[in-house]
Amino acid sequence: MVIGGTTPPMLAGCENRLSAVQPAGPAADIIATLWWVMLGGAAAILLLVLVLLALAFRRGGGPSDAAADSRGEAVWIKGLGLGFTMAVLAALSAWGLWIGERLLPRPGPGVVAVEAQGRQWAWRFSYPDAPGRVTEGALHIPAGRPVDVRITSADVIHSFWVPRLAGKLDAIPGHVNTLRIEAWRPGEYAGVSAEFSGPGYRRHHFTVVAHDAAAWNAFLAGGTP
Amino acid sequence: MTDKPRLTALRLHKALYPIWRNDPGWKGVLTTVNNNTIGTMFILGAAGMFLAGGILAMLIRAQLASPRSAFMGPEVYNQIFTMHGTIMMFLFAIPFFEALTVFLLPAMLGTRDLAFPRLGAYGFWCYMIGATIMIVALLAGVAPDGGWFMYPPLSSSAHSPGINTDIWLLGISFIEISAIGAAVEVVVTVLRYRAVGMTLDRLPIFAWYMLVVAVMILTAFPPMILGSLILELERAFDMPFFQAEHGGDSLLWQHLFWLFGHPEVYIIFLPAAGVISAILPVMARTTLLGYGWVVAAAISLAVLSFGLWVHHMFTTGIPHMGLAFFSAVSTLVAVPTGVQIFAWIGTLWKGRPRMHLPMLWIMGFFVTFVMGGLTGVMVAMVPFDWQAHDTYFVVAHLHYVLIGGYVFPMIAGIYYWLPVLTGRKRFFRMGEVAFWLVMAGFHGTFLLLHWAGLLGMRRRVDSIEAGSGWEGINLLASVSGFVLAIGFGLVVLDVAANALVAVRGRRNPWNAGTLEWATPIPSPAYNVASIPVVDSRYPLHDNPGLPVQIARGEGFLGHPTRNRRETLAVSVSGARPDFIAVMPRNSIVPFAMAVVTSVMFMAPVWKGWWLMFASAGGVAMLAMVWAWAGGSRHDEGLLDAGRGVTLPPHTEISHPPGWWGSLFLLLADAVLFGSLLFGYAFLWTVAPNWPPPAILEPGTGGPALAAGGAVLACGGIRGADQAIRRGRAPWPGLVASLAGLAALGGAAWTVFGGTTHDAHAYDATLWVIAGYAVFHAGVAGLMALFLMARIRAGFISARRCGDARVVRLWIDYAALTAALGLGAAWLPGWLA
Repeated sequence: MVIGGTTPPMLAGCENRLSAVQPAGPAADIIATLWWVMLGGAAAILLLVLVLLALAFRRGGGPSDAAADSRGEAVWIKGLGLGFTMAVLAALSAWGLWIGERLLPRPGPGVVAVEAQGRQWAWRFSYPDAPGRVTEGALHIPAGRPVDVRITSADVIHSFWVPRLAGKLDAIPGHVNTLRIEAWRPGEYAGVSAEFSGPGYRRHHFTVVAHDAAAWNAFLAGGTP
Repeated sequence: MTDKPRLTALRLHKALYPIWRNDPGWKGVLTTVNNNTIGTMFILGAAGMFLAGGILAMLIRAQLASPRSAFMGPEVYNQIFTMHGTIMMFLFAIPFFEALTVFLLPAMLGTRDLAFPRLGAYGFWCYMIGATIMIVALLAGVAPDGGWFMYPPLSSSAHSPGINTDIWLLGISFIEISAIGAAVEVVVTVLRYRAVGMTLDRLPIFAWYMLVVAVMILTAFPPMILGSLILELERAFDMPFFQAEHGGDSLLWQHLFWLFGHPEVYIIFLPAAGVISAILPVMARTTLLGYGWVVAAAISLAVLSFGLWVHHMFTTGIPHMGLAFFSAVSTLVAVPTGVQIFAWIGTLWKGRPRMHLPMLWIMGFFVTFVMGGLTGVMVAMVPFDWQAHDTYFVVAHLHYVLIGGYVFPMIAGIYYWLPVLTGRKRFFRMGEVAFWLVMAGFHGTFLLLHWAGLLGMRRRVDSIEAGSGWEGINLLASVSGFVLAIGFGLVVLDVAANALVAVRGRRNPWNAGTLEWATPIPSPAYNVASIPVVDSRYPLHDNPGLPVQIARGEGFLGHPTRNRRETLAVSVSGARPDFIAVMPRNSIVPFAMAVVTSVMFMAPVWKGWWLMFASAGGVAMLAMVWAWAGGSRHDEGLLDAGRGVTLPPHTEISHPPGWWGSLFLLLADAVLFGSLLFGYAFLWTVAPNWPPPAILEPGTGGPALAAGGAVLACGGIRGADQAIRRGRAPWPGLVASLAGLAALGGAAWTVFGGTTHDAHAYDATLWVIAGYAVFHAGVAGLMALFLMARIRAGFISARRCGDARVVRLWIDYAALTAALGLGAAWLPGWLA
């Protein structure tokens, strides 16, 4: 059963409905935190480089014999180039890996599975918990529960992206990719395809509708969402 | 007495100039093989492409300036952004540094030309013709429109039926010839054609960088050339490499493309880093801090860059541990970058920096590139990339890296080397104004676009929507984009004005230490009047009299008595004189061959298969005319090389320049072959709908033919080689070798009989493997026939035996890859 005409009106005028830095779920939240920390760190490193550059012009040139060169190599190349860079990157990589682990679609209690199929230029969603139920343009999920979206494509490559809930994952013909999403609260969240797919690419969007427990049960039971 | 050296120098110039000069008039443009002329034309062509790509960028910014713009529809817009990326990456960025290298490298190394002057001319003409075809396609409205990385199935014939995609696949592959050709030239030139005493640890730092970059080109471009080839085969003959329902996989394209595409980023960045490493110490009136460290950093960047292509594919569903590995490598690549950045800052601290115009651009580089590098580390974090991927965050990041990390240093390089290029010193002072316009325009355009990306603005959308929250950012970006364009326009005007009408400058205005400043400016056609002897990294600092000594012919080959283009080749590491290389004269063959090659590449766009095969035959004929022109029909023995040294000419050594060139060309070929086997294994293990319904039966005839053919081909050419060295008849060996190659071709042909090319990706892959074997057996066979003709014509003797070594290398390669490829093709049948 295809439910037509139920696509909610695009939330025109609602700014930041695609904002990855205004998270509405745990995955987007932890990535937004990662971003703000990286932004702070990057700003500090940029400042350090600029100060070092500026100071180079204020000084009157150092000695340039072999001994001075090897001292310079110790400070600039081994110290800053290797030591500093590696320390920062190692810490960041470890944290990134840890976050990546937390975003994995691991099996657990209460995980809901849904299926998403992209094509030029629409999205069709189906629900193993309600066999035969198919929606176009709107994905229904329960709020406050982890949802695994099994993503595939009927034609070219697309990408499933609901910025306020989680990162994106590609819809590739012949493959099924699983993305874990979760919305903290009931509501509507804008989604778009994020892989260029030809002339209709700009309008290739959809909506995620998160229901409270009662509405979700009603949806599964066949009620009009 | 001060007139005495000048007179000698003038006499030497008058002797060298007629030998090395171009043909007069327009004919000279088409027949020139001189690196200075080709380098200049190449720089102008690439700069023209930068302007073309820039105009497209302005159209993009016009479209995105306001919401729901009606300026262009998606069909046109998709062509515009695809061509903007394609032009900037393939027609500007790579050709521009190649052009600069072609121009600078011989003078910098203290030699008279690049190793293969005709190859340089051929590559340049392939580039110019290919670029023209792409621009014409754009103007005709049939330009590619699938994005510059052309992902199938969007680029497959089902979803892109027009000729747009074919033009991209074939046109870009054609243009890559110039990149591969230039890379072979640079590697052999840096390894063999240098000043005497310029050991590898005294190599100018720019030459080190270009050596690394050239090897990277040879190993990074082949996967994409293979990808383009098989995608074109799928489009033309329905061979289903990328169709999931027939065992293909669109991810194979992504792997092949990014196996090229990521090293490509460093192929573009490293020449810029080389320019900075060369200029910055001169501007700081000191020497580069940590030369060895910087070389090591460049090499490790090159190696690491091949391990992180998957970071463009973080959102394709790669398993998590795979992601962790590639994420770690992606961050690791920032370490050698950091080493270089801090080595440069340390160099500034060590010296007394001057803020000349090139230095101003390098400062612009520091600010911009460091920001781009930091956002690069951010997107190397897999979770963050899942949000940022395919948004304007990535668009902004890559423009910071490419414009900040490549264009700014290249402009610094143009201003720095302008005296060598034009012989004039800067007089007009628009450059400073242009610099500040560019800096303001650039950051105004791209800084806040990072933020638009995080607010959900996807790359490649054909317009922005009202109420999205990005309108202000995009309006600012568009206005700033035009400021940026005006700034770049002023740079071009400033350089042109200074190049054409400024006052003549003196030699070495910056007081640099490397050899390109030892020649008169602009550098003459022969680059150096004699090959200098150096004993340090900065020979001009240690011996200010060196330019005069070179001009007076006190180096090697300072007495041009043999009326031909000669330069000196040295041993690879020790830089001791090794042999005299006789360079080709002006020739129309490279231009003619480029024209015929362009027909061969473009005919398939309109399914002109007969035209394609006819022009392939034409290319083979012209290649033989090309190769026939060199050599000698008599033994010359040891020749006077000056300074009391006698050396053989290149025709009388066992491994001539052609052997070295073949070696590195075959390196690229081997990478292509390896990519083919990778694709085979990838499809078998990852693609859906495997194993195939029918597996090829090896039988006994094919394998026996292949094994016997390989032994006969390799054994035969070895026998012929030995016979030539001992003055005996080489015919039995050559005939045996030809028979062996024919057997190899026949063995490969059995694969065509046992499979159906469009049935399954397995069959299609086997066809390409067998086709590869047939093609190489054919090329090696033609070379063996050519060698026979050369022997009959008297070009080969016991001393003049190098040609046989070249042919032997190609036959060995053909036999080895045929045996490996056919073995891989038959393996499943044997195991089943």
